[in-house]
Amino acid sequence: MSVATAPAARLVRSAVPRTSLWRDATRRFRRHRLAMVGFTVLLALVAAVLVGPYVYRVPINEIDFKAKLKGPSRAHPLGTDDLGQDLLARVLYGGRISLAVGVVAMLISITIGTSIGAAAGQLGGATDHTLMRITDLFLSLPQLPLLLLIVYLFRNALTKWLGPEAGVFILVVAVIGGLRWMPVARLVRAQFLSLREREFVEAARSLGAPPLRQVIRHILPNALGPVIVAGSLDVAAAIIAESSLSFLGLGFPPDIPTWGRILYDAKDNLDFAPHWALFPGTAIFLTVLSINYIGDGLRDALDPRKVLGAK
Amino acid sequence: MSRYVLRRLLIMVPVIFGISLVLFTILALAPGDPFEELATNPNVPPEVRMNLRAKFGLDDPLPVRYARWLTSMARGDWGFSFVSRVNVETLIMQRLPTSLFVLGTAQLLGLLIALPIGTYSALRPYSIFDQIATTLAFIGFSLPTFFTGLVFILVFSIWLDWLPFIYRADIAATGWRWWWEHARQAAMPVAVLGLFQGATLTRFVRSAVLDVIRLDYVNTARAKGLSEGVTVVKHVIRNALIPVVTLVALQLPGIFTGAVITEQIFRVPGIGSLLISSILANDTPVIMAITFVFSCLVVIFNLVADLLYGWLDPRIAYR
Repeated sequence: MSVATAPAARLVRSAVPRTSLWRDATRRFRRHRLAMVGFTVLLALVAAVLVGPYVYRVPINEIDFKAKLKGPSRAHPLGTDDLGQDLLARVLYGGRISLAVGVVAMLISITIGTSIGAAAGQLGGATDHTLMRITDLFLSLPQLPLLLLIVYLFRNALTKWLGPEAGVFILVVAVIGGLRWMPVARLVRAQFLSLREREFVEAARSLGAPPLRQVIRHILPNALGPVIVAGSLDVAAAIIAESSLSFLGLGFPPDIPTWGRILYDAKDNLDFAPHWALFPGTAIFLTVLSINYIGDGLRDALDPRKVLGAK
Repeated sequence: MSRYVLRRLLIMVPVIFGISLVLFTILALAPGDPFEELATNPNVPPEVRMNLRAKFGLDDPLPVRYARWLTSMARGDWGFSFVSRVNVETLIMQRLPTSLFVLGTAQLLGLLIALPIGTYSALRPYSIFDQIATTLAFIGFSLPTFFTGLVFILVFSIWLDWLPFIYRADIAATGWRWWWEHARQAAMPVAVLGLFQGATLTRFVRSAVLDVIRLDYVNTARAKGLSEGVTVVKHVIRNALIPVVTLVALQLPGIFTGAVITEQIFRVPGIGSLLISSILANDTPVIMAITFVFSCLVVIFNLVADLLYGWLDPRIAYR
């Protein structure tokens, strides 16, 4: 019997292409032309930032007063700053930190947001009410002023404890992530409220799955779509937040040239060295733009209600 | 109506209370000592420092300190600026009107850009106009304000030499001349903020109008022979504005971010630049007060949004 059915089964499997949620999503994402462009640009930027410093071996802090404030040339493809330091090297190095801040802050905000949203949606009642009031409260806090306040109050202690680079990094990432989880919490809670009552969760419940298993195996994976979209946009927002902090001179110290920090140093020399500000600014803009387009593509790809064919 | 406003006002109280609690917790958790400078100064004997600490109640238990801080904030006694030796509230009141003027004009500019463009885009989805507008909006809100600000200075002040890039509160001129100088110096900060707002809002307006335009009552309005203009303005836009108002209100904390940055770039003497200079000068009372003022502004504008909401959508009614 098994000899007869096996080829038939194989036949059926090859006739019907296997589809899954993720494969569908990838297909839809690829159809979003601008999202693919954004994805390519971002990939190129990440590659440049990761590999660049190994290929382009100019130190970021080599001072050369003879070559200060020079525009782009063969020796310095992006020109130099007021100390004659090579800008390409600094932009490449700074990109690492800016991108790392974006990704880590996003992970923090997604983790907090998902936990709070899941707890509120799953437990309901007084817990839900309290957690949502806290979310509302955080939503009405002005982000940048609070960010500035916290960085101002805690920076010295943390840098003393962990050194200037790690201390500021942890502080900036924690504060940005800690002030951006609210939309994710609301999204996840809304997803939980509707998913909790669906048949497949009911089936899991009636099969005796404990609540934690219901949440982790059945509800969370289905609530992930909007979280991924929000997460991608959060990376862009976190990069802007870090750049804003550094641009105000309150983020990373001058020897750590993040893109915002380079802009801060460049802003008083706009009239005779515009290239100094334009290159890091363009880097921030391109990164944020491509991440936003990717987020747009992901929204189209992961929202099953949307039929792209209709376009 | 007045009962509705009163109820909304009462809801504001716990929110402001919560904000004050968050701010105080941050301050209390922060390491460091406001009298640290005295501690390192050999001319100040330790007893003087102890007396000062006792006078300001720094050694009291936290709940007592919180209660005292809250009551003095509520009484309008916000303390002294360490740096300029002026009452914090006078300092803030000097700066607040400029900030509100720039913010308000920028927000208005944003709406003036977003409403027509967003609506027109949604009326002809996927047309050339829509595609250009959507792309520009995307670029607009991906451009961080600190970068647009620098580019504007570069183009309009340095290359073209049209506009001043420093905002001055004391213009030595009267009459038309004063207005003209004022408009010239406000042009760039307002444009930077307003274009950013406009780009963000255009997307909101477009999707809100798209949601409304397919509904039955729009068809009814067209079927009964209303002109396109009346249909769009009275039936589509009014309904599309309801979610837009909510989004504008939710976005406000973000707008202040842009405001702090533009004030800093163009040296607008508002509370945003005051905040930055106070942070650089370690002026804790001013920093705390400004953060609190920003929070209160958010709460107040949320209230305004709620009132607008009731006006736009009579179903909500001022219950």
